[in-house]
Amino acid sequence: MEHTRKLRDYLEEELFKRIPGISVNGDRGHRVPNISNINFDNVEGEGLQISLDLKGVAVSTGSACASGSQEPSHVLMAIGLPRDTGYGSLRFSLSKDNSKEEIDYLLETLPPIVEKLRKISPQAKERRPAVELSSA
Amino acid sequence: MKRNYKGLRRRLPAEPIQYFYTMYSAKVLEHLESPRNVGEMVDATVCGEATNPVCGDLLHLYLKVVDGKIASSSFQVQGCPPSIAAGSVLTELITGISPEEARQLKPQDITRALGTLPRNKEHCSVLAIDALRNALAKIQSDVV
Repeated sequence: MEHTRKLRDYLEEELFKRIPGISVNGDRGHRVPNISNINFDNVEGEGLQISLDLKGVAVSTGSACASGSQEPSHVLMAIGLPRDTGYGSLRFSLSKDNSKEEIDYLLETLPPIVEKLRKISPQAKERRPAVELSSA
Repeated sequence: MKRNYKGLRRRLPAEPIQYFYTMYSAKVLEHLESPRNVGEMVDATVCGEATNPVCGDLLHLYLKVVDGKIASSSFQVQGCPPSIAAGSVLTELITGISPEEARQLKPQDITRALGTLPRNKEHCSVLAIDALRNALAKIQSDVV
Protein backbone atom coordinates (compact mmCIF):
# COMPACT_ATOMS: atom_id res chain seq x y z
CA MET A 1 0.00 0.00 0.00
CA GLU A 2 2.68 2.45 1.03
CA HIS A 3 4.72 1.52 -2.06
CA THR A 4 1.80 2.15 -4.41
CA ARG A 5 0.89 5.37 -2.68
CA LYS A 6 4.43 6.66 -3.06
CA LEU A 7 4.51 5.70 -6.74
CA ARG A 8 1.13 7.33 -7.33
CA ASP A 9 2.13 10.54 -5.60
CA TYR A 10 5.43 10.57 -7.50
CA LEU A 11 3.54 10.08 -10.77
CA GLU A 12 1.15 12.95 -10.08
CA GLU A 13 3.83 15.29 -8.81
CA GLU A 14 6.00 14.73 -11.87
CA LEU A 15 3.11 14.95 -14.32
CA PHE A 16 2.15 18.31 -12.88
CA LYS A 17 5.71 19.51 -13.44
CA ARG A 18 5.87 18.24 -17.00
CA ILE A 19 2.45 18.83 -18.51
CA PRO A 20 0.50 22.09 -18.27
CA GLY A 21 -3.29 22.10 -18.09
CA ILE A 22 -3.91 18.95 -16.09
CA SER A 23 -5.81 18.31 -12.88
CA VAL A 24 -6.60 15.44 -10.57
CA ASN A 25 -10.21 14.29 -10.56
CA GLY A 26 -11.74 13.59 -7.19
CA ASP A 27 -10.59 14.20 -3.66
CA ARG A 28 -6.83 14.03 -3.31
CA GLY A 29 -6.99 13.03 0.33
CA HIS A 30 -9.86 10.59 0.58
CA ARG A 31 -9.13 7.97 -2.02
CA VAL A 32 -7.56 4.59 -2.58
CA PRO A 33 -3.77 4.72 -2.84
CA ASN A 34 -3.31 2.95 -6.15
CA ILE A 35 -5.42 5.00 -8.50
CA SER A 36 -4.86 8.35 -10.09
CA ASN A 37 -7.51 9.84 -12.32
CA ILE A 38 -6.18 12.80 -14.23
CA ASN A 39 -7.87 15.26 -16.55
CA PHE A 40 -5.98 16.66 -19.54
CA ASP A 41 -7.44 19.88 -20.93
CA ASN A 42 -8.26 19.88 -24.65
CA VAL A 43 -7.29 16.27 -25.24
CA GLU A 44 -9.50 13.29 -25.87
CA GLY A 45 -8.79 10.48 -23.44
CA GLU A 46 -9.02 7.68 -25.96
CA GLY A 47 -6.35 9.21 -28.18
CA LEU A 48 -4.03 9.31 -25.17
CA GLN A 49 -5.00 5.83 -24.13
CA ILE A 50 -4.25 4.30 -27.51
CA SER A 51 -1.08 6.27 -28.09
CA LEU A 52 0.14 5.07 -24.70
CA ASP A 53 -0.94 1.55 -25.51
CA LEU A 54 1.22 1.65 -28.62
CA LYS A 55 4.13 2.49 -26.34
CA GLY A 56 3.33 -0.41 -24.05
CA VAL A 57 1.57 1.47 -21.24
CA ALA A 58 -1.88 0.28 -20.23
CA VAL A 59 -4.21 2.98 -18.90
CA SER A 60 -7.95 3.40 -19.02
CA THR A 61 -10.48 6.09 -19.82
CA GLY A 62 -13.38 4.56 -17.94
CA SER A 63 -14.39 1.53 -16.00
CA ALA A 64 -13.79 -1.87 -17.60
CA CYS A 65 -17.50 -2.54 -17.84
CA ALA A 66 -17.85 0.52 -20.07
CA SER A 67 -15.04 -0.24 -22.53
CA GLY A 68 -16.00 0.51 -26.10
CA SER A 69 -18.57 3.02 -24.92
CA GLN A 70 -18.35 6.58 -26.21
CA GLU A 71 -19.82 8.06 -23.09
CA PRO A 72 -17.49 9.59 -20.54
CA SER A 73 -16.97 7.70 -17.29
CA HIS A 74 -20.23 7.56 -15.36
CA VAL A 75 -18.25 7.87 -12.14
CA LEU A 76 -16.73 11.18 -13.18
CA MET A 77 -20.18 12.38 -14.26
CA ALA A 78 -21.63 11.29 -10.92
CA ILE A 79 -19.13 13.32 -8.91
CA GLY A 80 -20.32 16.34 -10.84
CA LEU A 81 -17.57 16.97 -13.36
CA PRO A 82 -18.45 18.52 -16.73
CA ARG A 83 -18.56 16.24 -19.79
CA ASP A 84 -15.40 17.82 -21.19
CA THR A 85 -13.48 16.66 -18.18
CA GLY A 86 -14.96 13.20 -18.49
CA TYR A 87 -13.84 12.91 -22.10
CA GLY A 88 -10.34 14.10 -21.38
CA SER A 89 -9.54 11.95 -18.37
CA LEU A 90 -7.31 8.97 -17.88
CA ARG A 91 -7.15 6.49 -15.02
CA PHE A 92 -3.73 5.24 -14.02
CA SER A 93 -4.08 2.13 -11.88
CA LEU A 94 -0.91 1.10 -10.09
CA SER A 95 -0.10 -2.03 -8.17
CA LYS A 96 2.63 -3.34 -5.91
CA ASP A 97 4.24 -4.87 -8.99
CA ASN A 98 4.86 -1.52 -10.65
CA SER A 99 8.28 0.01 -10.28
CA LYS A 100 9.64 3.52 -10.28
CA GLU A 101 11.34 2.78 -13.61
CA GLU A 102 7.97 2.08 -15.15
CA ILE A 103 6.64 5.38 -13.86
CA ASP A 104 9.70 7.13 -15.26
CA TYR A 105 9.06 5.51 -18.61
CA LEU A 106 5.48 6.81 -18.54
CA LEU A 107 6.68 10.27 -17.54
CA GLU A 108 8.95 10.36 -20.57
CA THR A 109 6.35 8.96 -22.94
CA LEU A 110 3.24 10.92 -22.03
CA PRO A 111 4.19 14.63 -22.41
CA PRO A 112 5.01 14.43 -26.17
CA ILE A 113 1.78 12.54 -26.80
CA VAL A 114 -0.29 15.19 -25.00
CA GLU A 115 1.51 17.90 -26.89
CA LYS A 116 0.89 16.20 -30.23
CA LEU A 117 -2.82 15.70 -29.59
CA ARG A 118 -3.24 19.27 -28.39
CA LYS A 119 -1.73 20.47 -31.65
CA ILE A 120 -4.39 18.60 -33.60
CA SER A 121 -7.19 20.00 -31.51
CA PRO A 122 -8.96 23.25 -32.38
CA GLN A 123 -8.86 25.53 -29.40
CA ALA A 124 -11.09 24.94 -26.46
CA LYS A 125 -13.42 27.92 -26.81
CA GLU A 126 -16.05 26.50 -29.07
CA ARG A 127 -15.90 22.81 -28.46
CA ARG A 128 -18.42 20.31 -27.19
CA PRO A 129 -21.98 21.47 -27.60
CA ALA A 130 -22.99 18.12 -26.10
CA VAL A 131 -24.50 19.49 -22.91
CA GLU A 132 -26.65 22.08 -24.61
CA LEU A 133 -27.88 19.61 -27.20
CA SER A 134 -28.89 16.97 -24.70
CA SER A 135 -30.75 19.44 -22.53
CA ALA A 136 -32.47 21.07 -25.51
CA MET B 1 2.35 -22.20 -3.01
CA LYS B 2 4.21 -18.94 -2.86
CA ARG B 3 4.00 -17.10 -6.14
CA ASN B 4 7.06 -15.52 -7.54
CA TYR B 5 5.79 -12.07 -8.36
CA LYS B 6 9.21 -10.97 -9.49
CA GLY B 7 9.03 -13.36 -12.39
CA LEU B 8 5.62 -12.05 -13.32
CA ARG B 9 6.66 -8.45 -13.28
CA ARG B 10 6.00 -6.82 -16.58
CA ARG B 11 9.16 -5.54 -18.20
CA LEU B 12 9.27 -2.44 -20.29
CA PRO B 13 8.72 -3.51 -23.85
CA ALA B 14 11.54 -3.21 -26.35
CA GLU B 15 8.97 -3.18 -29.14
CA PRO B 16 5.66 -1.40 -28.71
CA ILE B 17 2.90 -3.81 -27.82
CA GLN B 18 0.03 -3.26 -30.21
CA TYR B 19 -3.03 -4.51 -28.40
CA PHE B 20 -5.32 -2.15 -30.23
CA TYR B 21 -4.68 -3.80 -33.53
CA THR B 22 -7.64 -5.94 -32.68
CA MET B 23 -9.81 -2.85 -32.35
CA TYR B 24 -8.46 -0.40 -34.91
CA SER B 25 -6.89 -1.08 -38.29
CA ALA B 26 -3.19 -0.48 -38.81
CA LYS B 27 -4.13 2.45 -41.04
CA VAL B 28 -6.10 4.17 -38.26
CA LEU B 29 -3.20 3.76 -35.85
CA GLU B 30 -0.77 5.05 -38.42
CA HIS B 31 -2.84 8.20 -38.95
CA LEU B 32 -3.09 8.63 -35.19
CA GLU B 33 0.68 8.37 -34.86
CA SER B 34 1.40 10.78 -37.71
CA PRO B 35 -1.67 12.69 -38.83
CA ARG B 36 -1.33 14.51 -42.17
CA ASN B 37 -2.19 18.15 -42.90
CA VAL B 38 -2.86 19.16 -39.33
CA GLY B 39 -3.62 22.71 -38.28
CA GLU B 40 -5.49 25.85 -39.06
CA MET B 41 -5.04 27.25 -42.56
CA VAL B 42 -4.79 31.02 -42.45
CA ASP B 43 -5.40 31.62 -46.16
CA ALA B 44 -8.13 29.01 -46.57
CA THR B 45 -10.94 29.66 -49.05
CA VAL B 46 -13.49 28.09 -46.74
CA CYS B 47 -13.67 26.37 -43.38
CA GLY B 48 -16.14 23.57 -42.76
CA GLU B 49 -17.23 22.40 -39.36
CA ALA B 50 -18.99 19.37 -38.00
CA THR B 51 -19.77 18.12 -34.54
CA ASN B 52 -21.02 14.86 -33.20
CA PRO B 53 -23.40 15.54 -30.35
CA VAL B 54 -23.06 12.04 -28.90
CA CYS B 55 -19.34 11.91 -28.24
CA GLY B 56 -18.80 15.65 -28.60
CA ASP B 57 -16.22 15.32 -31.37
CA LEU B 58 -15.51 18.48 -33.30
CA LEU B 59 -13.84 18.67 -36.70
CA HIS B 60 -12.68 21.74 -38.59
CA LEU B 61 -11.76 21.36 -42.23
CA TYR B 62 -9.94 24.05 -44.19
CA LEU B 63 -9.96 24.06 -47.98
CA LYS B 64 -8.00 26.20 -50.35
CA VAL B 65 -9.54 26.21 -53.79
CA VAL B 66 -7.41 27.37 -56.71
CA ASP B 67 -8.60 27.19 -60.35
CA GLY B 68 -11.50 24.89 -59.57
CA LYS B 69 -9.37 22.38 -57.66
CA ILE B 70 -8.80 21.84 -53.98
CA ALA B 71 -5.16 22.86 -53.94
CA SER B 72 -4.63 22.09 -50.29
CA SER B 73 -6.60 21.18 -47.22
CA SER B 74 -5.98 20.84 -43.54
CA PHE B 75 -7.95 19.80 -40.50
CA GLN B 76 -8.17 20.12 -36.75
CA VAL B 77 -10.06 17.72 -34.61
CA GLN B 78 -10.97 17.26 -31.00
CA GLY B 79 -11.98 13.67 -30.76
CA CYS B 80 -11.25 10.01 -30.58
CA PRO B 81 -8.57 8.23 -32.64
CA PRO B 82 -10.87 7.27 -35.55
CA SER B 83 -11.99 10.90 -35.86
CA ILE B 84 -8.38 12.01 -36.06
CA ALA B 85 -7.67 9.33 -38.66
CA ALA B 86 -10.84 10.20 -40.61
CA GLY B 87 -9.88 13.89 -40.75
CA SER B 88 -6.36 13.04 -41.77
CA VAL B 89 -7.34 10.62 -44.51
CA LEU B 90 -10.02 13.02 -45.76
CA THR B 91 -7.44 15.71 -46.43
CA GLU B 92 -5.45 13.15 -48.41
CA LEU B 93 -8.47 12.12 -50.43
CA ILE B 94 -9.67 15.58 -51.38
CA THR B 95 -6.41 17.36 -52.13
CA GLY B 96 -6.02 17.70 -55.89
CA ILE B 97 -9.62 16.99 -56.88
CA SER B 98 -12.37 19.44 -57.78
CA PRO B 99 -15.09 20.45 -55.31
CA GLU B 100 -17.65 18.64 -57.50
CA GLU B 101 -15.70 15.41 -57.24
CA ALA B 102 -15.28 15.95 -53.51
CA ARG B 103 -19.04 16.29 -53.22
CA GLN B 104 -19.39 12.69 -54.40
CA LEU B 105 -17.41 11.32 -51.43
CA LYS B 106 -19.37 9.23 -48.96
CA PRO B 107 -18.64 8.14 -45.40
CA GLN B 108 -17.96 4.65 -46.75
CA ASP B 109 -15.08 6.05 -48.82
CA ILE B 110 -13.43 7.30 -45.64
CA THR B 111 -13.99 4.00 -43.87
CA ARG B 112 -12.56 2.13 -46.85
CA ALA B 113 -9.53 4.41 -47.00
CA LEU B 114 -8.90 3.60 -43.35
CA GLY B 115 -9.14 -0.11 -43.94
CA THR B 116 -12.00 -0.64 -41.55
CA LEU B 117 -13.59 0.94 -38.51
CA PRO B 118 -15.30 -0.71 -35.55
CA ARG B 119 -19.05 -0.47 -36.01
CA ASN B 120 -19.58 1.88 -33.11
CA LYS B 121 -16.98 4.22 -34.63
CA GLU B 122 -18.36 4.45 -38.12
CA HIS B 123 -19.88 7.80 -37.21
CA CYS B 124 -16.35 9.22 -37.34
CA SER B 125 -16.35 8.90 -41.14
CA VAL B 126 -19.72 10.63 -41.15
CA LEU B 127 -18.23 13.46 -39.09
CA ALA B 128 -15.46 13.97 -41.66
CA ILE B 129 -17.89 13.96 -44.57
CA ASP B 130 -20.24 16.35 -42.72
CA ALA B 131 -17.38 18.80 -42.33
CA LEU B 132 -16.52 18.41 -46.01
CA ARG B 133 -20.10 19.05 -47.13
CA ASN B 134 -20.34 22.01 -44.78
CA ALA B 135 -17.23 23.49 -46.39
CA LEU B 136 -18.36 22.72 -49.95
CA ALA B 137 -21.74 24.35 -49.34
CA LYS B 138 -19.91 27.50 -48.32
CA ILE B 139 -17.84 27.46 -51.51
CA GLN B 140 -20.99 27.43 -53.58
CA SER B 141 -22.56 30.34 -51.79
CA ASP B 142 -19.31 32.32 -51.80
CA VAL B 143 -18.40 31.88 -55.43
CA VAL B 144 -21.76 31.98 -57.17
